[in-house]
Amino acid sequence: MTHASEYLARRSRIRAVEMCSQARAAHIGSSLSVIDILSVLYCGEARVSPTQIDHPDRDCVIVSKGHAAAGTYAVLAEAGYFPPEWLDSYGMDGSLLGGHVTNSVPGVELSTGSLGHGLPFGTGLALAAQRQGSDRQVYVVMSDGECDEGTTWEAALFAAHHNLGNVTVLVDRNGIQSLAATEETLRLEPFGDKWRAFGWRVIEVDGHDHVQLASALHEASLPDEAPTAIICRTIKGKGVSFMENTVVWHYRPPTGEDMQLALIELADGAR
Amino acid sequence: MRDAFIWELTRRARKDPRITLVVGDLGYGVVDEFAADLPGQFVNAGVSEQAMMSMAAGLSASGYQVFVYSIANFPTLRCLEQIRNDVAYNNLDVTIVSVGAGLAYGNLGYTHHAVEDISIMRAIPNMRVICPSDPVEAIASVQACVINPGPKYVRLGKNGEPRLHDEAKVMDVGEPLLVREGSDLVIAATGAIVGECLQAAHDLAEEGVSPQVWSVPTIKPFPQAWLARLDGALPILTVEEHVREGGFGSAVLEAVHDGGLVRRVHRLSLSSAVSTQLGGAAYLRQLLGVSGSAIRDAARRLRTFGGC
Repeated sequence: MTHASEYLARRSRIRAVEMCSQARAAHIGSSLSVIDILSVLYCGEARVSPTQIDHPDRDCVIVSKGHAAAGTYAVLAEAGYFPPEWLDSYGMDGSLLGGHVTNSVPGVELSTGSLGHGLPFGTGLALAAQRQGSDRQVYVVMSDGECDEGTTWEAALFAAHHNLGNVTVLVDRNGIQSLAATEETLRLEPFGDKWRAFGWRVIEVDGHDHVQLASALHEASLPDEAPTAIICRTIKGKGVSFMENTVVWHYRPPTGEDMQLALIELADGAR
Repeated sequence: MRDAFIWELTRRARKDPRITLVVGDLGYGVVDEFAADLPGQFVNAGVSEQAMMSMAAGLSASGYQVFVYSIANFPTLRCLEQIRNDVAYNNLDVTIVSVGAGLAYGNLGYTHHAVEDISIMRAIPNMRVICPSDPVEAIASVQACVINPGPKYVRLGKNGEPRLHDEAKVMDVGEPLLVREGSDLVIAATGAIVGECLQAAHDLAEEGVSPQVWSVPTIKPFPQAWLARLDGALPILTVEEHVREGGFGSAVLEAVHDGGLVRRVHRLSLSSAVSTQLGGAAYLRQLLGVSGSAIRDAARRLRTFGGC
């Protein structure tokens, strides 16, 4: 399972860099940061399948950091939700695939792009599942910058109060938001303690280690009344040395030359 | 109006387990029976309107028919983007119910005056906008919400509004309702202010002016055919407890224009968007230009100048 998800992540990184370069699009850093998390979810840890996208008891993966569209679409295409050729149209006029995820694309559960919507929407799905006696899990993939939003904490209160143990948040904790480091913008640390204080079970992992991610998701799925926050320590721009841990690649579209250099590094990593 | 709506909703919810009522920590003495009798269909989301609205969208996406209840601007302006992105974008079956339309919470101050909500809510895609004028229309509004899937906004007054319709009549709030016959001009209004218009019409009749009075509960989708059917010779006076920009009167003007009609329309709306004055609804209506006397003055002027 882990081997398959790692292969999916490697393929998706290459795709995402190509997409952002060809479309002259932003947010490659955010995409490279979250691809491992999404790959593990879509490669077997979440109960989802490209042939059952409307199944009422499927798990629900909400990508709340909708700006990581290139990374999300790359993972979905590589996981079989739609033909990989669609990715070539990313960001083009009339394309189904734009700069923020929309649920007209197979596999996307919620259209996002404005931050802080995924978790509150997810609590509604989770409350419904609890009341309907469904064992579906709700996974909300969030950015750390998104934890500036008040709605994140409103929903965190709600999920804990209503014992929504079927909700798991995966925070892509890369430490960098739009203009600067999270700790220079609005300090989040001690981050795990904040979630614990809201009544959540907290698991901290290396967000690029598929074994750790899978193990944390397994732990989160064990019956418990408390919702779970998996804090995934990640590197923004992961996999491309000159993009790693920089603010600039939140927005800068890779030029053709940037893309070639990035693809060489990613191809090396893929071997 | 408020109690009538919740009474009817509770009655229907007892038979239909899909109906779920979500409140934002408001409704003391109003939603108690629903909460006590139907706990599995009730959620108090706390004082967190934004998360509440997204959560309601999530419930709806799982098959529930969700009614979100709060007061004034809290379930609308406070969580506008959640309504836009999570409810309307996904065209989900969520009904937003706000109590305290217009100046109903007059002496609670401007924070509690819902006077821009019609224009803002009717700009939201897929949103149906319903403003009942009395308890009978409020009950019929529940029916309209149940049979029309998708996002809806119901703008309720408070309590104690006079009944304008015969309760025995089965009504469709999608169409304007004639509350008084008349031959000199049309007064078209929405919400609780219809009662004020009806009283003004009775007073005008005594001095020989005979207005036709209509309640227009559903503003969006706008009842275009009704407008075309009105006697074109009569001028139209629109009355609303709402600001001028983008409200009910604006909707009428848009419909006149879009329908290629030629009508004289005069709009009566709140003269100021921000009232620093406190007082009951009647006092503030007087102060802000939508009182009975303002309606009578406007009607007399329109009658003198006539239609087109």
